[in-house]
Amino acid sequence: MTATTTRERLGALASTPLVWGLVAIVVLLAINSLRDPGYLGVELAESGRLTGNPIDILRTAAPLLMIALGMTLVVATGGIDLSVGSAMVIGGAVSMEMLQAGDGSVGSAMAALGMALLITAVLGAINGLLVAFVGLQPFITTLVTMLAGRGLAKVITEGQNTSASNEAFRWIANGTVLGAPVVFLIALAILVIVVVLVRTTALGMLIESIGIDPKASRMAGIDRRSLLVAVYVISGVLGGVAGVFATGSVMTVDVSNTGLLLELDAILAVVVGGTALTGGRFSLAGAAIGALLIATLDKTVVFLGVSSAATPAFKAVVIVALCLLQSATIRERLSRVRLRAPRREVTA
Amino acid sequence: MEPRPPIVEMRGITIEFPGVKALDGVDLRLLPGEVHTLMGENGAGKSTLIKALTGVYRFQEGELIVAGEPVRLDGTASAQAAGISTVYQEVNLCENLSIGENVMLGQEPRTRLGIDWRRLHALASEALEALGLGDLDTRQSLSTLSLAVQQLVAISRAIVANAKVLILDEPTSSLDANEVARLFAVMRDLRDRGVAILFVSHFLEQVYEISDRLTVLRNGRHEGEFAIDEIDRSALISLMIGKDADTLDAIAQKREAAPREVDAEPLLRARGIARRGAIVPTDLELHAGEVLGFAGLLGSGRTELARLLYGADRLDAGTIELHGRPVALTSPAAALRHRIVFSSENRRDEGIIRDLTVRENVVLAVQAKRGWLRRIATSQQRTLVDDCIARFDVRPAQPERRIGTLSGGNQQKVLLGRWLATDPEIVILDEPTRGIDVGAKADIQAAVLELASRGVAVIFISSELDEVVRLSDRIVVLKDHAVIATLENGPDVTSETIVARIADADAQEEAA
Amino acid sequence: MTTTIEHAQAAPTPPWHRRAIERARRRGIDVRTLPTGAAGIILAVMLVYGEIAYGQVLQASTLSNLLINNAHFVILAVGLSFVILAGGIDLSVGAVIAVSSVAGVMLVGAGWPTPLAIAAMIGIGTAFGTASGVLVQHFGVQPFIATLAMMFLARGLASMLSTTPQRLPDDSSFRLLGEPWKLIDGPRVNDLMASAGLVVAVVVVVVAAIVLQRTRFGRTVYAIGGSESSAALMGLRVPRTKLAIYVISGTLAGVAAVVYTARLGTAQNITGMGWELTAIAAVVIGGTLLTGGYGYVVGSVIGALVLGLMTVLITRDGGVPPEMTTIITGGILFVFVMLQRAVVRRRR
Repeated sequence: MTATTTRERLGALASTPLVWGLVAIVVLLAINSLRDPGYLGVELAESGRLTGNPIDILRTAAPLLMIALGMTLVVATGGIDLSVGSAMVIGGAVSMEMLQAGDGSVGSAMAALGMALLITAVLGAINGLLVAFVGLQPFITTLVTMLAGRGLAKVITEGQNTSASNEAFRWIANGTVLGAPVVFLIALAILVIVVVLVRTTALGMLIESIGIDPKASRMAGIDRRSLLVAVYVISGVLGGVAGVFATGSVMTVDVSNTGLLLELDAILAVVVGGTALTGGRFSLAGAAIGALLIATLDKTVVFLGVSSAATPAFKAVVIVALCLLQSATIRERLSRVRLRAPRREVTA
Repeated sequence: MEPRPPIVEMRGITIEFPGVKALDGVDLRLLPGEVHTLMGENGAGKSTLIKALTGVYRFQEGELIVAGEPVRLDGTASAQAAGISTVYQEVNLCENLSIGENVMLGQEPRTRLGIDWRRLHALASEALEALGLGDLDTRQSLSTLSLAVQQLVAISRAIVANAKVLILDEPTSSLDANEVARLFAVMRDLRDRGVAILFVSHFLEQVYEISDRLTVLRNGRHEGEFAIDEIDRSALISLMIGKDADTLDAIAQKREAAPREVDAEPLLRARGIARRGAIVPTDLELHAGEVLGFAGLLGSGRTELARLLYGADRLDAGTIELHGRPVALTSPAAALRHRIVFSSENRRDEGIIRDLTVRENVVLAVQAKRGWLRRIATSQQRTLVDDCIARFDVRPAQPERRIGTLSGGNQQKVLLGRWLATDPEIVILDEPTRGIDVGAKADIQAAVLELASRGVAVIFISSELDEVVRLSDRIVVLKDHAVIATLENGPDVTSETIVARIADADAQEEAA
Repeated sequence: MTTTIEHAQAAPTPPWHRRAIERARRRGIDVRTLPTGAAGIILAVMLVYGEIAYGQVLQASTLSNLLINNAHFVILAVGLSFVILAGGIDLSVGAVIAVSSVAGVMLVGAGWPTPLAIAAMIGIGTAFGTASGVLVQHFGVQPFIATLAMMFLARGLASMLSTTPQRLPDDSSFRLLGEPWKLIDGPRVNDLMASAGLVVAVVVVVVAAIVLQRTRFGRTVYAIGGSESSAALMGLRVPRTKLAIYVISGTLAGVAAVVYTARLGTAQNITGMGWELTAIAAVVIGGTLLTGGYGYVVGSVIGALVLGLMTVLITRDGGVPPEMTTIITGGILFVFVMLQRAVVRRRR
């Protein structure tokens, strides 16, 4: 790359979806602040906890952020994982059942978490094996496990919405460290772990490679199957973690609604973050921004006094706006406006 | 020949892409009832010109006149409406539909009740009959046909459309000699019926056999238009590559490398390896430090045999030994672990990973071999890619550039760099020089000889027999999925010898 | 892998290949019809099994009810077939039903005459379909994302209209559409019945089948599903067709909303949650390849009926816990996908 002018650099920046995601978040927060100048205020409660809208946003963004990371890796391989919402409800159901049977100690909390992760890892492995070894399409495969997964969660709780109590769990889901919500810190930690996992090893490059061209990757000696199994397992496990924390905040698993359609939010976060659904180059930071954007949007809609059931309409507006900004047609039109003047000089 | 008015006239066509002028004031005239060949190296602008003529690209300057009328094309449909039909190198038909439907798509006969299927198949049969394919069952799925026949089916679409202009973009690159003969017969027939045919081919022999006139492009510029008897081969080549014939000879001079010692014990020994539909049971020996050429027509089994040695396809039978020990080459990854590499003829689909950078493409195989956990350090990656760029003179020399933006020849060099970075014992190169410019060709040929001199065993596959003869120590001749001869190379072995062997086998078959 | 096959085919006249073709030709079977045929057989087996195991399945009233109760679902699946055959996907149909139903019932409640309300409901579907199509065709947005946006938009708008169930007035002529007619007054309650909704479904199926099999538009849909670039290079009207399939899918979702609302008499913003996925499952079960190019409308009808019959049989059984339903749906989908795979393998 040769020396770039500031203008080019700005242009390059403007074409990164990540930046648009951040801009959208800032715009939403600005709208809220206009309505209530104290919106962004954070207060230190007597208990030492921080409270305020930004903290709430971070807390609600956490589970979505976790599943969006796994989804990013799956999408990068050219696949899709519709079953993460079901992985969430399974994770929640397993942990609540275990906690209900347990003695409320930290040990039983760990056991519950471990079992939830194990079972969702198995779910992910089933996806991975079917996609990699049987050669089924990811969409259909994960549609099957999505349907069956929610059924399984209902079987686990015998159709009940199981509740439990466990202090350690409640602290993770609702507590704060240095004022920040624990669950968001965990999500951040997972983000860091996943980034380190894919970028300091060759996992990221190999995933991109099989996402761009599976055949050529095989000829280059890449073992596509084990990579596929790995990403689906990661996605399943992250779904399980997200499910445990999402249910942990209320200490009840709602087998019909926990994680329902959240896979779509995760896919949305991934796309907003600049990873193409066709696979290949991916951005984990972008997906994290996307998850934050969706959480901010959710809060904004409620804050503006619209029924929360109507939130999807606003998501639609954001998706359409971002898609149009990224669309070649629009870009071409924009750049034509900018380039028209100099071009005439050249031809004249 | 009396001068007829051209059916198609392109004047001063200019097409610019961001940063590149793909075509710069190019002219093209097509007369009715002629075969007109478009010549040029890769990147000369042939496909761009064809796409301008078929309405895929719009040109910024120039004009297109069809049958005396200026025309503006805004898509393939309007080109077809103007009587221009195209058959592309990669057959563009729909494998999920029947043969008949593929012939008639877009021109289906209709009654008030919709498409008249019976008439559709009758008309399709009629069109195919004209190409000598009257015995095809048009109700069968297109996927049951070989590529060559699919190509003819694509041509039959032009017959149905009653095209005045037929564009054939490298139609012969996947055909064997018989099929080419059949295609040429069809082309002559169409020509005699007054169709103007625009033909693109890399094979000089074919060009001289079939063409009436030709237009030469180089670097997006028009280099001249000639009647076929006005220009001889060396003049044509010079015009295409912009070098004179002496330079070419200098490259050819690299043949006759010093004879190499060949160990008694082969590095690789294959016994009775076979795969249904690909290759009959075959024995093969490969020695360290030798170049083993595979010669044969496309579909003779040369690629199929090579793929078995790389584990790209599974063996149905037979064993492979390396250093005297049996090995199971069940996947490319396994072959790579045994220090065997294979550069596929299909550079685009089985070679480059187009959205990755040059650096990533170079380190990919080494990384795959090490496993994903042990990432190659950034500095080491730099060394590998810089070595590759310097050694093969990759241009532009930018490691962080997307490989998809490089020319074919440079992509091939990067791929060669990828394989050599794994420190292989056996290098299998399938058509490494196809579709790349002369300079890159010479670089790659030099690299092959250099590898062998370092003790690496090379299997070299090419449809250019001259090239095989020039580089190989021994030549395995294949035909109809079997090895028919193994020749020790020497002064008496020429491409004609090999052609004779293949033809001989034909004669024997007929006698038997 | 593919290369070898191609090369083998490119060989002069490989005897094994010719023999395989001749064998298929002798049998006179079009392999393309096999998955759909298999779906038909399985439907028949399910009917017979139901009759033997539970009784009173193979009788006029049960079958009439099966058809009447699934009429809307059949219409939905037919609409999706167009999109899937062309290699696209439409996730918005379930949400479109919601917004269309809620709007329709509210319009009737506001005193609109029934025909006008019906026209508005169908028009809403058409509008959403058109929006999806424009996003996909003119702005190059991936079908998954474009229709996901429309799904969110439709669901959100439905929730803005109302979050409580809306009832059609008891005397509304709208309800007549859903009223079953007795065709044959059988012994006891074993009547052969039909409804206006069922008639609409039959008309939709017949027209769709004719359009797909006997018009250039229909064949272009198949050609696009086989290879979009080939279709474009063959000079077919690809852009127009791609737009049209989404318009058709959206419009038929509107029609399905009319049929469903008429039968139920109520509408709610959460109506049709997840129906898009069940409808996709029905299309796939009916033998349509999710990648496009292969399949028949009649298959989608069978697929919809297989899923409908499954619910009937589960209810009849009584011993199957309701939480198992989605597991069984997933299982059936899985079995069919594996079956199709086996057939496709055989063909290769």
